Amino acid sequence: MNYIPVTDKEKQEMLAKIGVKTSDELFSSIPKSARIKDLNISAGISEQALIRLLEDKSKKNSSLKDFLNFRGAGIYEHFIPTLVEEITSRSEFSTAYTPYQPEASQGTLQSIFEYQSMIAEITGMDVANASMYDGASATAEAAMLSLRSSGRRKLIISGLLHPEYQQVLRTYLQGTDVDIEVIQQVDGITSLSKLKNFVNNECASVIIQSPNFFGSIEDLDEIRKLTTEHGALLIQVLNPLSLGILKTPGEIGCDIAVGEGQVLGSATGFGGFTFGFFAAKKALAWKIPGRIVGQTIDTKNRRGFVLTLQAREQHIKREKATSNICTNAALNALSGCVYLSGWGPHGLKELAGLNIRKSHYAYDKISKVKGFEPAFKNQLFFNEFVLRTKKNIDEIEKNLLSENIIGPFALKGFYPELSDCLLFCVTETKTKEDIDKLVAILGK
Amino acid sequence: MEKILIELSQEGQIGYSVPENDMGETDISKILPQKYMRATIPKLPQVSEPDLRRHFTKLSQLNYSLTTNFYPLGSCTMKYNPPVNEKIANLPGLRYLHPYQPENTVQGMLEILYELQDVFCQITGMDNMTLQPSAGAQGEFTGLLLIRAYFKSKNERRNKIIVPDSAHGTNPASAKIAGFEILPLHSEPDGHIDPAKLKEILTDDVAALMLTAPNTLGVFEKDILILTDMMHKNGSLLYYDGANLNALMGHARPGDLGFDIIHINLHKTFSTPHGGGGPGAGPVGVKKALEPFLPKPVINKNKNVYSFIYDRPKSIGKVRSFYGNIPVLIKAYCYIKALGREGLKKVSEQAVINANYLLAILKEKLPAPAGDRCMHEFILSGKPLNKCGVKTLDVAKRLLDYGYYAPTIYFPLIIEEAIMIEPTETESKSTLDEFARVLINILEEAQNTPDLLKNAPQNTPVSRLNEVEAARKPILRW
Ligand SMILES: Cc1ncc(COP(=O)(O)O)c(C=O)c1O
Repeated sequence: MNYIPVTDKEKQEMLAKIGVKTSDELFSSIPKSARIKDLNISAGISEQALIRLLEDKSKKNSSLKDFLNFRGAGIYEHFIPTLVEEITSRSEFSTAYTPYQPEASQGTLQSIFEYQSMIAEITGMDVANASMYDGASATAEAAMLSLRSSGRRKLIISGLLHPEYQQVLRTYLQGTDVDIEVIQQVDGITSLSKLKNFVNNECASVIIQSPNFFGSIEDLDEIRKLTTEHGALLIQVLNPLSLGILKTPGEIGCDIAVGEGQVLGSATGFGGFTFGFFAAKKALAWKIPGRIVGQTIDTKNRRGFVLTLQAREQHIKREKATSNICTNAALNALSGCVYLSGWGPHGLKELAGLNIRKSHYAYDKISKVKGFEPAFKNQLFFNEFVLRTKKNIDEIEKNLLSENIIGPFALKGFYPELSDCLLFCVTETKTKEDIDKLVAILGK
Repeated sequence: MEKILIELSQEGQIGYSVPENDMGETDISKILPQKYMRATIPKLPQVSEPDLRRHFTKLSQLNYSLTTNFYPLGSCTMKYNPPVNEKIANLPGLRYLHPYQPENTVQGMLEILYELQDVFCQITGMDNMTLQPSAGAQGEFTGLLLIRAYFKSKNERRNKIIVPDSAHGTNPASAKIAGFEILPLHSEPDGHIDPAKLKEILTDDVAALMLTAPNTLGVFEKDILILTDMMHKNGSLLYYDGANLNALMGHARPGDLGFDIIHINLHKTFSTPHGGGGPGAGPVGVKKALEPFLPKPVINKNKNVYSFIYDRPKSIGKVRSFYGNIPVLIKAYCYIKALGREGLKKVSEQAVINANYLLAILKEKLPAPAGDRCMHEFILSGKPLNKCGVKTLDVAKRLLDYGYYAPTIYFPLIIEEAIMIEPTETESKSTLDEFARVLINILEEAQNTPDLLKNAPQNTPVSRLNEVEAARKPILRW
């Protein structure tokens, strides 16, 4: 297979115009010692053979289309309205580049402006950027913003921030001398008393996820008072879908809200369809990393959209840029845009309500199954919760798999002290019947 | 122009149908205390599905894209994206997987990723790879952290990275956030790096030189082996910005040239669509000595069983959640499988021929500061047009009127009035001929009717937009 339209005859004409006999002469600036004859990889194949090859490989995986899934832990299975994929698969969106020439990119630019507006609306924040790679790197960028803008060298993070986000945050800060203090949990939420011991005037920000990795909703009002008192920023990491019902970071008074946008209309994709959203208070607008689209007018006074505040960016500021992000996750963010635009405020609320109803139904039912009990007292949660079990966790997983169920996530990998605990996720995609089936098998 | 969503909103409309509630109508406030609930109502649009579909379809039509227009953007490699790759990435067995589902239920996926690492090693001449980085810049950042970790393990204090001024803006930005001090290196007027100038700034606290080759002027460093030798003798490493690997693939391998670390932009060389700004992927390859520091997890193969290995004590950690931008990786895998060794080699050959062919025609009309040979892209300077009162920007805008996306302009910063053109291998000779004809025509317009350029574009959905005003009084949301 190849996708080259130039014929052999044309190739000769082109070489003649260039003034060389063979194309080899065009590579003469590369040292002979490094030239290779051929790559040591397989020969090309036809489109038909390619499809066949990949279909065969795909069949070695168990797709969530064939399995009932009760696993979340950072990537969630939600219903995706057909229109979302219809729009994002339009090649006019998917094969465009970063909108450097705004007059020829109004579609991408306007949709980003709409995306920014809706992210700001659901989070209750003032401004949002055009997306980042994923929730983890957005969290790391938020932390770096707080360090930059405060000149302080200390961060406080909740131990219930997604463990992978904690790892990414540490990786991002490897080149600095920043101190990271991790606050442990009590009863499934970040310990307020421990937090109080650590927040002081040297602290750039406090980073709390809510709903947190265990699914619990944190009480952020108290934490907000603490950060304000000490001049630290409060950064909330969150599930945007929960904002159909839950108090917004804007209402709480957070300075920055970030998180994973995959829940807004992207498939689970083995964790690959991610985008980080990043929203902040107005005062931080010039310090936000990444691209931002602004509204303006053309020479005839018509409305149009452009990339703006670019003086913060790497292609102008080089090492003085607010971050190195260039390519972001625009198409996944477009999924988020189309997704949010169709539910409206009432639909989003109903959807969030469904998640709460279904997960609480499952919580109540499974808690009553012999061998299972709530891990924390009075866990307040959105669509994920933790149960403790006396049963063998590997056995549970095996049994469920044999019934085509991908069961809860075992916490033992990330939290060894909770080696008998399971994190269940139930979204609107599961019917009462699905949940009852899970309960029945767990009871066997 | 199309209205913005909120202007289409009608109280009471809804686009999507909310799934059935089979749980009963309990009051949510009986489940969660009121103090945790939102008090405000977000100003989200209320639009029916038919109107939403029209809205977004119309928006899509306001775009230039690769499937609608020739896109000769230098450094961005806007080549044809085969739709079969999209189709494959959407197969249920690849699309609907959970990142934490048991490893024995995702063996096909792990096999694809493992093989992909392997072919990237073959293509680049590196010993091992990580697929985790989500874009070129994140790849650079990863590579620089690997360099830090490497010297730290050897107890060497090296905190400087040399970055030529011909490098992409992400290079110095990435080096900075990785905690390095940046030593700028001035390139020569034709874009080359002079080894003598490198020598002047090469001290024993230099960790690495970051090089883009071919560089942003489309030329391959003629003294590359001298440069790599100098760095290694100094105990320093060489970082290869492989965003432009499409010029080299199948002809030479950065690993054989002495480079120690490389990132590759899959959304350029390997034909994955750019998505209007992403997602991309920026896998990083390293030589053996840097392997222990690669991000975790790594994929292991043992008797045809694949697994993730997390126990990597020297690893720099994770640079993103989960394993990478999987759909982008799958598309690159498909592309490589389809083209195979001959196909990939042909890609570079034709990319270089196409660029040189266009250069051969256009250098007769505009100066080519980096010389009259190039690799996959080349630079012209619009400087001579200034005497007609016309700037490179005006030429770019006029090209939009003729149905072409504009080339990259004012980049690299070191060339005055730069125009950077990258035709790629997937454009036909007639497309190139026609583009050259139009560009030459525009140069004539610049002489005779410069206002046509200065008032361009006129045939686009909006005319020239006021970017200064947008930055002065930012309106960033409805
Ligand atoms: C030479 C070069 N290096 C690095 C990058 C950065 O890659 P990305 O945009 O994927 O972060 C680019 C592209 O923008 C590039 O052209």
